[in-house]
Amino acid sequence: MAYFLQQLVNGLALGSIYGLIAIGYTMVYGIVGMINFAHGDIFMVGAFIALIAFLALMAVGVTMIPLALLIVLILAMVLTAVWGWTVERIAYRPLRDSFRLAPLITAIGMSIVLQNFIQVAQGARVKPLQPVVTGGYELFSEGDFAVIVSNIQILIVVTTLVLMTVFWLIINRTALGRAQRACEQDRLMASLSGVNVDRTISITFVIGAALAAVAGLLYLLYYGVIDFFIGFIVGIKAFTAAVFGGIGSIPGAMLGGLVIGLIETFWSAYFTIEYKDVAAFSMLAIVLIFFPTGLLGRPETEKV
Amino acid sequence: MAEPGKPLGLRLKSALSDSLLTAIIAFALFSLVLGLRTEDGVTGLTLHPRPQLLAIAVGVVFAGRLLLNLFVWQAQYPLTTPFAKLFTREPFDERDKTVLGATAALGVVVFIVSAVFDAPAFELIAAAVLIFVGFGVLRRAIVHFFPDLPYAHIFIVGGILFAIFFPLTSYALEKAFHLGLPLRYWFDLSILVLTYVMLGWGLNIVVGLAGLLDLGYVAFYAVGAYTFALLATHFGLGFWICLPIAGVAAALWGVILGFPVLRLRGDYLAIVTLAFGEIIRIVLLNWTEVTNGPNGISGIPKPTFFGLPFSPFADGTTFSSFFGLKYDALHGIIFLYYVILALAFLTNLVTLRMRRLPIGRAWEAMREDEIACRSLGINTTITKLTAFATGALFGGLAGCFFATRQGFVSPESFSFIESAIILSIVVLGGMGSQLGVAIAAVVMVGGFEALRHTEGLQSIFGAGFDPALYRMLLFGIAMVGIMVWRPRGLIASRSPTIALNEAKTVSADLVRQGRG
Repeated sequence: MAYFLQQLVNGLALGSIYGLIAIGYTMVYGIVGMINFAHGDIFMVGAFIALIAFLALMAVGVTMIPLALLIVLILAMVLTAVWGWTVERIAYRPLRDSFRLAPLITAIGMSIVLQNFIQVAQGARVKPLQPVVTGGYELFSEGDFAVIVSNIQILIVVTTLVLMTVFWLIINRTALGRAQRACEQDRLMASLSGVNVDRTISITFVIGAALAAVAGLLYLLYYGVIDFFIGFIVGIKAFTAAVFGGIGSIPGAMLGGLVIGLIETFWSAYFTIEYKDVAAFSMLAIVLIFFPTGLLGRPETEKV
Repeated sequence: MAEPGKPLGLRLKSALSDSLLTAIIAFALFSLVLGLRTEDGVTGLTLHPRPQLLAIAVGVVFAGRLLLNLFVWQAQYPLTTPFAKLFTREPFDERDKTVLGATAALGVVVFIVSAVFDAPAFELIAAAVLIFVGFGVLRRAIVHFFPDLPYAHIFIVGGILFAIFFPLTSYALEKAFHLGLPLRYWFDLSILVLTYVMLGWGLNIVVGLAGLLDLGYVAFYAVGAYTFALLATHFGLGFWICLPIAGVAAALWGVILGFPVLRLRGDYLAIVTLAFGEIIRIVLLNWTEVTNGPNGISGIPKPTFFGLPFSPFADGTTFSSFFGLKYDALHGIIFLYYVILALAFLTNLVTLRMRRLPIGRAWEAMREDEIACRSLGINTTITKLTAFATGALFGGLAGCFFATRQGFVSPESFSFIESAIILSIVVLGGMGSQLGVAIAAVVMVGGFEALRHTEGLQSIFGAGFDPALYRMLLFGIAMVGIMVWRPRGLIASRSPTIALNEAKTVSADLVRQGRG
């Protein structure tokens, strides 16, 4: 029981990170109908920006950890958002009205570019960071096994919850969110009603990248080690999460993230750690057989 | 961006402000990730500032954007026009001729001066410019004097003839005149390119014809390669026996994958195929008892020439002893070249024939509109499964060939990036176009490989420049660049194999809407 609870806690923390990234995929998919393959690498760039910003702050003498983390968070969100914007501007906007596979190919190309740019600029070696947020609470112990919720796990879940709420309010309460939902339903009609479609799409990419940057920072703090290749596998998992929850649906992305995180953690804990990705992907295939549009996805009606 | 035709002062001002904005964005992008480098220190990571590099990067972006603004985007006469015209049939005006002439003259001068003063970097740039302009002028001249030749056919036939005769001719020339040609390298590279041509044509059946987005094509390649590797090392079977087995095994996996994803469409399908590719790779990596894990399987035999092995040892009859030739390692490589050439042609032939069969028509119909297809009585289940199986079959054959060529397989060779490269070859070639796929494979794989060997680039960027490090970066940039430049692919003129050219109007009493 204690072991189960511990894994549940670990799974929720991991799932929150996946969920934050999955939102970027699902939003972009909802509004432009493309798989933003470079999103996983935007997350990776975000993690690197967070790492470098943190080291830079330490070097100039900002050693108060909460303050440093806050500055890092803001800096990473802003700079990663610029990366997201640039990627959209260079690789996707020129192909907006092209056929479906064209932006997918530029997205894969951008993913290769980002990965190799970071590899060239920062080196291929893994980048370790000493634990920044330490300590935790012991929930209860059973025999000699104690269930521990570490501070970093609390930080991850709380940050995710706060961001999700803010994000939820943006989508449902503001003019920007209305514009976004309008573009999602019918881009042409939205533009006829005075919505600036290009800007709305850009902002979607900016928000997605900012959330990915937060995920990057949390990943860095949680695992303490990053390299230029983390974007690929984490990105695929997050995309799997988005599809799992029903692509285009924002609560679905969060739910999918949690489910993927839990499957992965429990599989590693009870079965073999080598096959955790196989478990997550197989689960995806099985769910899609019974829910072809994901758990919370709207069924597509297609007119001929 | 200002409209062309505004007064110079205004254009200059808007060009400057636009470039400045771009430079600011570039600074935001590069400030941390390029301007500061993390290095392993004694107590963890340390930061090394690189202000010069950052300044250069931002400066290049600013200058590049400014030049483009002034001379291309906002100019009344974009300087790129004459160069673009080289590749069309539009007539040149005086200004175009001046620009081209000036470029050529400048190229010659720079070339001579840098040759005299021994500056290989400028020599290389000048030579590249001269070759580019020279090739364009030559092309225009040919088109000018023979405007009505069927160039597309000449190109295809020429390409096929070249592919058939290139190894034998170059080998014969080398043997006759001892030119010291790097034949081994040429053949290896062309075998690699042909493998990708074959993979591209195989995936083209799934993506280009049937319109099913498959992001895990490399899985079938892996199945084919491992089938042969395991059969050869455990049961001692040869290449020719295993080739069909590998193909069938891959096709079976294609059907197995096809079943669960039949109901999925579009991007759901894409992610499941991608997941499938990853699952296969992870299993190959971890099922150590069978696949030997990350160490891979080595000692895979080479194909024989009708039972005659290519080997230097004379236990039994070998290829060289049978034909009374002196043993040469190149014989085996030339044979491999012809094997993959034949396999690639087989793929192409089957695709071209399939397109004329009912099933091929059904694939194309399904690509255009699945619902309409179903309402016309086409069984989309069978159609999808055959597309998957046929594509997988050729992937498996290519994988079997890959295993025998390398003599070694490991999960490393079957990562997602391979699927991405194959898919980009298909899409960049112009989906569904066989010629386009071949050209894209030559451009992407050949260009990618060429970057490995450019000592010239080192003379531009200094001795510390390692082209291999920048290879993937340039590859990605090229992918994005080509796609943005030609969104419909290099050969964009593909049309459905069969189509009604005009809507036929029939009388209203036959069809209620009046059109049928």
